[in-house]
Amino acid sequence: MKKTTLFFALLLAFIGMAFTFGNDHNGYHIGDTARDFKLKNVDGSMVGLADAKKAEGYVVIFTCNHCPFSIAYEDRIIAIHKKYAKKGFPVIAINPNDKDVAPDDSFEKMQARAKEKKFAFSYLYDETQEIAKAYGATRTPHVFLLDKNRVVRYIGAIDDNSEEPDAVKEKYLENAIDALLAGKEIAVKETKAVGCTIKWSKKK
Amino acid sequence: MHMLYPAIRLLPFLLYAAFLPAQNSIPFIKKDQLAYWKNAETDTVRVLNFWATWCGPCVKELPAFDSLQAKYADQNVQVILISNDFRKNVEQKLLQFIQQKGLKSQVVFLDERNPNDFINLVDPSWSGAIPATLILSGRNKSFRFHEGELEYAELEKMLLEIR
Repeated sequence: MKKTTLFFALLLAFIGMAFTFGNDHNGYHIGDTARDFKLKNVDGSMVGLADAKKAEGYVVIFTCNHCPFSIAYEDRIIAIHKKYAKKGFPVIAINPNDKDVAPDDSFEKMQARAKEKKFAFSYLYDETQEIAKAYGATRTPHVFLLDKNRVVRYIGAIDDNSEEPDAVKEKYLENAIDALLAGKEIAVKETKAVGCTIKWSKKK
Repeated sequence: MHMLYPAIRLLPFLLYAAFLPAQNSIPFIKKDQLAYWKNAETDTVRVLNFWATWCGPCVKELPAFDSLQAKYADQNVQVILISNDFRKNVEQKLLQFIQQKGLKSQVVFLDERNPNDFINLVDPSWSGAIPATLILSGRNKSFRFHEGELEYAELEKMLLEIR
């Protein structure tokens, strides 16, 4: 009898594992606790999540200089930071691209871009690509919304229309932040968007 | 006659591929078209490539798709290059691009606003990053999906695995 119970328990465990490993992507899923980091900001300082004092959460966005989708979203990222940083949700932008593969995404070019567009948020360089890999970022832009305990609460796109900001119907990211601020359940927790692949280093 | 039928159906396409240097207009498709291709019962093997003119790795792998199309055109293989360019760039930039490059494979524009509506339809494992390639065999209901750049040899291997 006990053996049978054990057998079924093991069977269930295996089925559970199969589903877990069969999931479509590596990196974080909704509900996982995200790791902190220390990456070089465009101002030369080393910045991590812990540096955002009195944060209610973190809007981590993997983005870059060169990708047309990142460029299309640049002004919207600036606006989101302006709107939500004061409510405790600062944007932390991270460029994960290898500069040898995407020369426009070098640290110097990041500094130039941040200056030109007057980024009020941190724009960090994930030079080893370790953070992009840990988070499971695959494209730019790719958003990970964390609550104040660094639990991943939303993953995906900023909204539903990259080309025409005026024609946006669903502001996925803003809706998710609003829900967290209101202590409500986030309605849409994961979305997908077309984006540029992350330019992984060719050096092994 | 039955044996001839697939060849006859392909005739317009073959003539098109042989005599026109590159297409001079770009058909717009909706996600229903993707769903149709995914479920079509057909002898044609479709190679769907999701790309954009602004995407470096996509542009780099285009010749591999044209080579594949040229080699297998008489074997019921149809390459369809599905552009994810911005809509405002279709008439000018995209058209110019395919004419300049002399692309022989069929190019279409995916006229969908919200990618969240079609990415999972293409393949649940697709994150949305391009390039991405889906090869569909309507005959034996099998498919292969790959996210990221492909070399010609890898592409041909994917095709031969399911054809």
